[in-house]
Amino acid sequence: MNDMTLTDRRVQTGDVKIAARKVQVYYGETHAIRDVDVDILDKTVTAFIGPSGCGKSTFLRCINRMNDTIDIARVEGDIQIDGEDIYDRRVDPVQLRAKVGMVFQKPNPFPKSIYENVAYGPRIHGLSRNKAELDEIVERSLRRGALWEEVKDRLQEPGTGLSGGQQQRLCIARAVATEPEVLLMDEPCSALDPIATDQVENLIAELRQNYSVVIVTHSMQQAARVSQKTAYFHLGYLVEYGDTDDIFQNPRDERTERYISGRIG
Amino acid sequence: MTDATASGPAASPPRRKQSLLAETDRMRKRNAAERRFEIYGMIAVGIGVLALVGLLTSILLNGLSSFWQTFVEVPITLEAERLDPDGNRDPSQMSGVSTFGYKPLMEEALVAYVDGLGVRPDGMEDDEIADMISGEAPAQLRNYVLANPDRVGETIDRQFLANGRIDGYFKDRVSMASAELDANVTPNQLVLAERLEEAGTLATTFNWNFFRWPDASDTRPEAAGLGVAILGSLYMMLVVLALALPIGVAASIYLEEFAPKNRITDLIEVNISNLAAVPSIVFGILGLAIFINWAGLPQSAPIVGGLVLTLMTLPTIIIATRSSLKSVPPSIRDAALGVGASKLQSVFHHVLPLAMPGILTGTIIGLAQALGETAPLLLIGMVAFVREFPDAPPEGLFDPASALPVQVYNWTQRSDPAFVERASGAIIVLLAFLLCMNLLAVFLRRRFERRW
Repeated sequence: MNDMTLTDRRVQTGDVKIAARKVQVYYGETHAIRDVDVDILDKTVTAFIGPSGCGKSTFLRCINRMNDTIDIARVEGDIQIDGEDIYDRRVDPVQLRAKVGMVFQKPNPFPKSIYENVAYGPRIHGLSRNKAELDEIVERSLRRGALWEEVKDRLQEPGTGLSGGQQQRLCIARAVATEPEVLLMDEPCSALDPIATDQVENLIAELRQNYSVVIVTHSMQQAARVSQKTAYFHLGYLVEYGDTDDIFQNPRDERTERYISGRIG
Repeated sequence: MTDATASGPAASPPRRKQSLLAETDRMRKRNAAERRFEIYGMIAVGIGVLALVGLLTSILLNGLSSFWQTFVEVPITLEAERLDPDGNRDPSQMSGVSTFGYKPLMEEALVAYVDGLGVRPDGMEDDEIADMISGEAPAQLRNYVLANPDRVGETIDRQFLANGRIDGYFKDRVSMASAELDANVTPNQLVLAERLEEAGTLATTFNWNFFRWPDASDTRPEAAGLGVAILGSLYMMLVVLALALPIGVAASIYLEEFAPKNRITDLIEVNISNLAAVPSIVFGILGLAIFINWAGLPQSAPIVGGLVLTLMTLPTIIIATRSSLKSVPPSIRDAALGVGASKLQSVFHHVLPLAMPGILTGTIIGLAQALGETAPLLLIGMVAFVREFPDAPPEGLFDPASALPVQVYNWTQRSDPAFVERASGAIIVLLAFLLCMNLLAVFLRRRFERRW
């Protein structure tokens, strides 16, 4: 682990964006997440690492209530965004998801044009009053997704015709187009080659200026490269959470140490 | 691996050297099995293709001739004093003259024409000559005169239906030998028919009336057409499409995307699958009991037929729609929900367009199935003999009508061999409709899939 020398690692606002307390998730009889307490900071990249099946994706999907779409999933405990309980009965998950964007493991552009892919979110949320404004949002989002230069001449072509890395950046552009406050990324680079991964990682570093980014990753190098905070999950427990440097250099828990040194996972 | 390292390579049994150029016994057996299976497959496909070809040829051989019909064309003088006794050319008063008033007019014209040509066979009576014209021809003439009252008093030259047996003679259904034994036709008539054909009076032309005219009585196969049946089938398809598509698609979307997965939805699912396997005649009894006996809808009406066929088609459409909704990758739903689309938006904006080709194919296959369905229609009275055309929809949906498959069934029941030809002709029309619908399904599928 020598590549942990990003200069701005210590930059923190200190504001807590997402606060989770005693979160439990059950899939039917299976207790998938146990007693997770975590404070995720604003304008920070937080990485969730851990072996397969440890619950990191499950916990991520709690933050925008995507687990609601799974019939047998049940979430208990308390997750607050800006002090508001997102599992309150008055919260509409649809409204929540406009505020908490998500990028998935496999690039999943809509089978529509590049323009429509990005414009869809703003359109259903009524973020633009006319075509010109929508065009502007699409351009801005594609620029933030570091994709504008590559696709500006073919916005009407299908999004599914792009390469894998471009598709994933399109999905990121689509997610930021709705002006979310939190961006959840579920292994966004697992289907990408190293060059596309590099592009997406640079993008994440930039996105951090505006959003609180939570990224699930299987690659410890990636976690070390992009994140300021790291949480290590093991068998449904949040074992250790802290500054990325500390986690990788001075893990306090034995399980964390074994995982990052490559002995489990 | 561990085993090999433990015992060492020397311990493994000596391997017989086998040339790659020679086939081993085992390989020979495997290849033979493969060849055998290939032959079985080819035989199976061959039988299927042969059956299809046999079916099509037999239907086409029997039925194509129904699209042609023998007509007689003789000059007929429309005598004013007989057709319009009041002399004011008012169709409402002229309709007082029935077809019996027109019949002698035609017969006299034909007899006079035959004698004018001098082709009357020896010993042939006037009645025999007159019988060569179809019983339907006077009605044809009457309709023409009532539609064109101005022509009364003139001599017109129009084509009129020849008798079914004369028509059969030109289609090799009737021969001189069979005419000897047949009470409905005499050899003299056939001789005369041949002479008239040489003179150009008698001709076989394309029979548009087969698609336009209603059914005719047992004794007039030459006048029987599919008009009412085609219209009735069309009306029923409209009803089925208007009801089964929205209900079926809505039900499948609800069951697939919204309904909680529990025991009740499982039960519904099993029942829908079972409904698809229910014999169609059961739906007929259901329709009879509910729509006619209980709801009091009219018998023989396309609306009732359409409702029964809707019940029958629904399971097909629901099953097809659900499977095409299921085949839409869940990542698309996640993507839509992830950007904050509601469930309804994610379904209608993203899932449904992707499932559309499958839904349309399922619907059209369901419709095609309904189009060819006979049994339930028999029970709700669509087998009745209907000469009146139904009105335009929506009122026409409540008028009596027939349906294509029922018309086929109906004609195959009749004794006159001319109806065999008619029934095969109706089957060809039915198959043509089915082919069109399947082509439409293929076209729509391609169109929706080509978009991305």
